[in-house]
Amino acid sequence: MLLINILGLLLIALIVWWFWLYKPSEASIAEDGIVITVENGTYQPSRLKVSAGQPVTLTFLRKDASPCAATVVFPEADVSEELPLNKAKAIVLPAMRKGEYPFTCQMQMYRGTLVVN
Amino acid sequence: MDTKSHNHNGHGPDKTPGLEENPATSHELLRQELLIEGASCASCVAKIEGALKKVIGVDSAEMNFALRTVSVSGRVSSDALIKAVEGAGYNVKISQNESVEDLLEEKEQADLVYYRRLLREMTIALTLGVPLMIYSLIGGEMTVTTNTERMVWLAVGLMTLGVMVFSGKHFYVGAWKSLVNHSANMDTLIALGTGTAWFYSMVVVFFPGVVPDMARHVYFEATAMIIGLIDLGLALELKARGKTSEAIKRLIGLQVKTARVIRDGEDIDIGIEQVLLNDQVRIRPGEKIPVDGVVLEGHTAIDESMLTGEPMPVEKVKGDEVVGGTINKSGSVIFKATRIGKDTALAQIINMVKRAQNSKPPIGRLADVISAYFVPVVMIIAVSSALVWLNFGPAPAVAYAIVSATTVLIIACPCALGLATPMSVMVGVGKAAEAGVLIRNGEALQTASKISAMILDKTGTITMGSPKVTKIHLANATDQDEVLQLAASLEAGSEHPLALSIVESAKERNLNLAAVEKFKAIAGHGVEGIVAGKQLLFGNEKLMREQEVEIANYIDIAQAMAEAAQTPMYFAVNGSLAALIAVADPIKEDSISAIKRLQRNNIRVVMLTGDNRATAKAVADKVGITEFFAEVLPEDKAKKVAELQMQNEIVGMTGDGINDAPALALANVGFAIGTGTDVAIESADITLMRGSLHGLADAIAVSKATLRNIKQNLFGAFVYNVAGVPFAAGVLYPFFGLLLSPVIAGAAMAFSSLTVVSNANRLRLFKAEEH
Repeated sequence: MLLINILGLLLIALIVWWFWLYKPSEASIAEDGIVITVENGTYQPSRLKVSAGQPVTLTFLRKDASPCAATVVFPEADVSEELPLNKAKAIVLPAMRKGEYPFTCQMQMYRGTLVVN
Repeated sequence: MDTKSHNHNGHGPDKTPGLEENPATSHELLRQELLIEGASCASCVAKIEGALKKVIGVDSAEMNFALRTVSVSGRVSSDALIKAVEGAGYNVKISQNESVEDLLEEKEQADLVYYRRLLREMTIALTLGVPLMIYSLIGGEMTVTTNTERMVWLAVGLMTLGVMVFSGKHFYVGAWKSLVNHSANMDTLIALGTGTAWFYSMVVVFFPGVVPDMARHVYFEATAMIIGLIDLGLALELKARGKTSEAIKRLIGLQVKTARVIRDGEDIDIGIEQVLLNDQVRIRPGEKIPVDGVVLEGHTAIDESMLTGEPMPVEKVKGDEVVGGTINKSGSVIFKATRIGKDTALAQIINMVKRAQNSKPPIGRLADVISAYFVPVVMIIAVSSALVWLNFGPAPAVAYAIVSATTVLIIACPCALGLATPMSVMVGVGKAAEAGVLIRNGEALQTASKISAMILDKTGTITMGSPKVTKIHLANATDQDEVLQLAASLEAGSEHPLALSIVESAKERNLNLAAVEKFKAIAGHGVEGIVAGKQLLFGNEKLMREQEVEIANYIDIAQAMAEAAQTPMYFAVNGSLAALIAVADPIKEDSISAIKRLQRNNIRVVMLTGDNRATAKAVADKVGITEFFAEVLPEDKAKKVAELQMQNEIVGMTGDGINDAPALALANVGFAIGTGTDVAIESADITLMRGSLHGLADAIAVSKATLRNIKQNLFGAFVYNVAGVPFAAGVLYPFFGLLLSPVIAGAAMAFSSLTVVSNANRLRLFKAEEH
């Protein structure tokens, strides 16, 4: 029983670490030409490095038929765009200040981070 | 144009100075996406890029071979790009210029495919799940004791696995992919919930000895039912979501596919995308206007209700603007195309509505924060609940632990929370657009619902904005038309705004103007001249006194006119007073009732004007406004907004959007009264497509209804999750012996988000109060 309890608590700790504490190290630079794929409930890559102070163009390709994936929202930039299915869509973001900004689907279930520096 | 000034204007280094500007293509810096067909090898990339880079104006061209797209930036027309790629031997499409209608159709098609797939998956899952559930409900043995039972349940277990793969694959793949990405979503919960139930059941089947006798229960029916129910819920939600975008579909449906233009003197029918600026477009009765333009000849009445909400057809004569998407009722006209493609009012409206529909009001932010942490929290609750059952629960503790964990995972519905705000905004903004009210974003929508004071600009907002002859008081003359005809003939050469109103008024009465001789304007007094041999004087009291015209008997009448917000003018023929003509900026017909409507909603209505106090007071009295600021300089309008804000009012400011820009921007919500084709008035949060102030009351009413709807949704979603999750975990068990079945949880979860979408759809029935 003790073992099970310890396992359970470890599982909780794992959940906390995995979803909240862990920072994905793989930050890809969103150069022109990098395509963010929307597939199976995720943005890939989900952590995008971009330069501060200049407009950025991100290209999205939505392969996920779920209507949840249909809109991508950049709340800080006040940009929200619909993504057509299986078709590249370029989204131009205004110049931003340094910082980390989330981008999500309309319901916050698909999540990504824009690292501006 | 020389190269230097060309550059100065923001046009890049043109490779051919003096190149003729094509009015159809705006040479602004653009990024265009081309879709290439027939590019089959990597070497094509260099060829296509090379061809594009040779085009004058192209800064860069990069091809994404995987997507078969080229992204081109530069100041260049899309036609030039198409030619270049075609010249290189490939077919090409511009993906950016795709019509909204095509995109929408495509989206609907994709949604339909997805809908059918969900239904198929649901059918398979329920075909297995329903009989199993009925069997368990009528008391069928769900435990594994004998070897035969093991074989039977193994078969059922494998069938369930089939269901999981066929009907639930999207949950598991989605859950895995997001797990690897350190994120979690609804898929995670469903996959974990159904997976736990199935896995535990399989353990029971394969290794019955691992669990105590009493806990040798299988939950295959739960897995199959949950998958089936959630697929059903998703399918219904998809349908319901389709309805939330009805308003935008209706707007898109207003777009015309073809136009009849006159080229080289001949009428030809062409596709709407081929219409060029300055093309002459012919419109016959009953036809839709294809693009925006200005009437060149003919006159007609046009129904603009679909855009402005104004039910009465609008008369159009030479020089008037026509708007694409509206319907020509009677009469034929030829008009010159002034705005085409993305620039038409309709295209801008569609864009604006779409943007607004996707933006979020601040009220939704809390829900966003919560849903960001939601899934992991639910997972932690599920594990904790299982642990509590294992430690303190009655026998069979393992079974209870599994059931409670599964149920917690399944019942929690982040979607309902996430959908609550956007769905209502979608419907609310669309509903407003139907009433001719364009809301810029979710924030404007939310603030508009809280407006406590409304500042109305007088000229052009409460009044028509164009002075008209309101009264002709005859003195020594006997015929009003004769007076007006003479006065208008005299004033035809004058540029004074009041003069214009006299001429307009004569035109309205179809009076023919005569030629004027010896016309002379006397500053601060009026005008004089000779028409048809008669010596005419037209002006104020001063003019009459100086020319010794007898007016003593009419001074009181003039005074009364002034007090009634009209400007009196004396008109003398051959030295004797013929008539007193009153000119005023008439109050819009429905301003009074619209202002009453605002006041009924406990909104403090304040009038603002640059006019003198007497006129301001007269107008204010007439429309039932007690508070007004007169003689306000245009630059001081913003100060008045700030003054009211200092009194803790949420201030709405309504103006024409041009002179009032600073005031509109400062106000909590700036309303601009649109005039036909001016849709996207930058300084305004909300644009009213028709002149009527009822648009204001409508805008506020829609905002209130939408906010109410959002609150209902958020409340429902919160309560559902806050009550559902602990219930599923079994907090009621110690007191009432109640524990939720995972199947019920699945049903509840599937229908919670459907409920939210349906409640948002209720907003479609919203009707602004009768005027």
